[in-house]
Amino acid sequence: MLSYVIFTLTLCGIYALLALSLNLIWGGVGLVNLGLAGFFAVGAYASAIATGAGAPVLIGWGAALVVGAVVGLVVTFATLRLRDDYLAIVTLGFAEVIRLVALNERWLTKGSDGISGIKAPLKAELGLQGFSLFYLGLVTLIVLVVWALLRRLDLSPYGRAMKAIREDQQLAAFAGKAVLRFKLQAFALSAAIAALSGALYAHFQSYISPDHFQPLITIYIFLAVTAGGVGRPSGAVLGAYLVVIFLEATRFATEWLPGLQPVQIAAMREMMIGVALILVLHLRPQGIMPERIPKAPRQPSPTA
Amino acid sequence: MTLLLQALINGLMTGALIAVPAIGFSAIFAVLRYPNFAIASYATIGAFAAWWANAVAGLPVIPALAIAFAVTGVVGVVAEETALKRLRDNGALIVAIASIALNLVLENIVRFIFGNDMKGYDLPLARDLRFGELRIGPQQLQSLALSVVIMAAMFLFLRYTRFGKAMRAVADNPDLARLKGIDPARIAIVTVFLGAGLSGVGGVLIGLDTSIDPLTGYRVLLSVFAAAVLGGLGSIPGAVVGALALGIAEELALIAVPATYRTAVGFVAILIMLTFRPRGILGERAT
Repeated sequence: MLSYVIFTLTLCGIYALLALSLNLIWGGVGLVNLGLAGFFAVGAYASAIATGAGAPVLIGWGAALVVGAVVGLVVTFATLRLRDDYLAIVTLGFAEVIRLVALNERWLTKGSDGISGIKAPLKAELGLQGFSLFYLGLVTLIVLVVWALLRRLDLSPYGRAMKAIREDQQLAAFAGKAVLRFKLQAFALSAAIAALSGALYAHFQSYISPDHFQPLITIYIFLAVTAGGVGRPSGAVLGAYLVVIFLEATRFATEWLPGLQPVQIAAMREMMIGVALILVLHLRPQGIMPERIPKAPRQPSPTA
Repeated sequence: MTLLLQALINGLMTGALIAVPAIGFSAIFAVLRYPNFAIASYATIGAFAAWWANAVAGLPVIPALAIAFAVTGVVGVVAEETALKRLRDNGALIVAIASIALNLVLENIVRFIFGNDMKGYDLPLARDLRFGELRIGPQQLQSLALSVVIMAAMFLFLRYTRFGKAMRAVADNPDLARLKGIDPARIAIVTVFLGAGLSGVGGVLIGLDTSIDPLTGYRVLLSVFAAAVLGGLGSIPGAVVGALALGIAEELALIAVPATYRTAVGFVAILIMLTFRPRGILGERAT
């Protein structure tokens, strides 16, 4: 039971990072990334391959960050000047292509067999139980650090410029903001965070395969961010924890239903996710923790 | 040379099949201004409705296609009115996200009823037709003929009927159309019925060639997007041209890359097109 709780909480942290990544790009500059699962996979594979080749775990995580950011720039370079719907379509395609590459480039990713035996940091020293606790602490700490940094970013002039772009990019451009550069930077940073989350996932599971990176993960994270509150890092984190708890609850709830095939139970759980997302969008689009818009700073009066 | 010619023929055939759901996607995009991801599940629902009519009830292909069109059209309208309509004021991206959730729900309703197993249509077996070195399957030929007929019907509808003209008017300029007394709510319903129905028919046409399962539609989705973007997002003739171009590009690329990368060709084609000519072959504007 304890190990189940530790496992679930670690997963919560990993999803929280994905939610923070989506919130940065969606709540920040108003773009959507439907390829989150792809960036998640890129980070996981980057770190698994780097550490598999002998690099220390921290270097693997660094590699995931860099590869994630670079891939993010490549994917969005052609589309960021266009209307937002193009980016949605391209990122969805990107996640599918990443899955195809992971399935087919056996020399790099071992195909559908997946990569096993991914290094678990300090596992030998701490033992199984100790390692899970240590890893939970580490993931939670990383979530806290990223959350604090993104919150700081939101309140900084940079964050205000991002939100100005989200609200009206023509006006922001008119006010002298380099809209394209902000979007590129925000997307690269967001992709890097998703990739880091993937790297943490890979070393947590110690085994990854293309099946771990289904497009369904992207929908989970959209549910997390909308339920928590788009535009607010605290909301994204809260939403991620709630979504994992909701997912686990649907597992227990469907176990009680009599006379259903396993495939029907799985189908019901996925249906509940879809229904939940539609309901949140209709009933509480601002989320549990709505975005707080800070008041404009008072102008010094001309007589002072 | 034969290899190239065969690739060209195969490309035109698969392109013509993709064109049908691509027209559906583009029609919805042109009138309602959002990318509808739920067309994947509409294609799946169409494929299963026709499978039921054909393999269980024993109907031939053409009545089965008509049933698929009607069923998905109705499902599309009901889904749009209950799950998406009220979100239209919140912007295209929110509706798009809701359509992804809707897609997940509908796909899993199909999975709940029919399970994950592959299903095949009950079709007479026939030998490939041969023209010298070139080979064409009679089933593919029939599907090609069907998709050409469906496309022609769609163009006649848009060109000559009142609803068709009203749809084009709303797509062109919604405010002006409203001033002229065209009711946008009614046009939206007709458009969604047609768009979903065509996606459903497309799912059947693609399934006739192979077999179907609950992910049939999702696998077609990327090709449909690629066709729509290549041709110009929101342009219906563009969707046809884009689908044919994509079909040929896929077949030509498969001479050089393994067949498993078929969907990746569409993705690369989108990126190249968006870099050099973002409005697509026949589109208007992309920014």
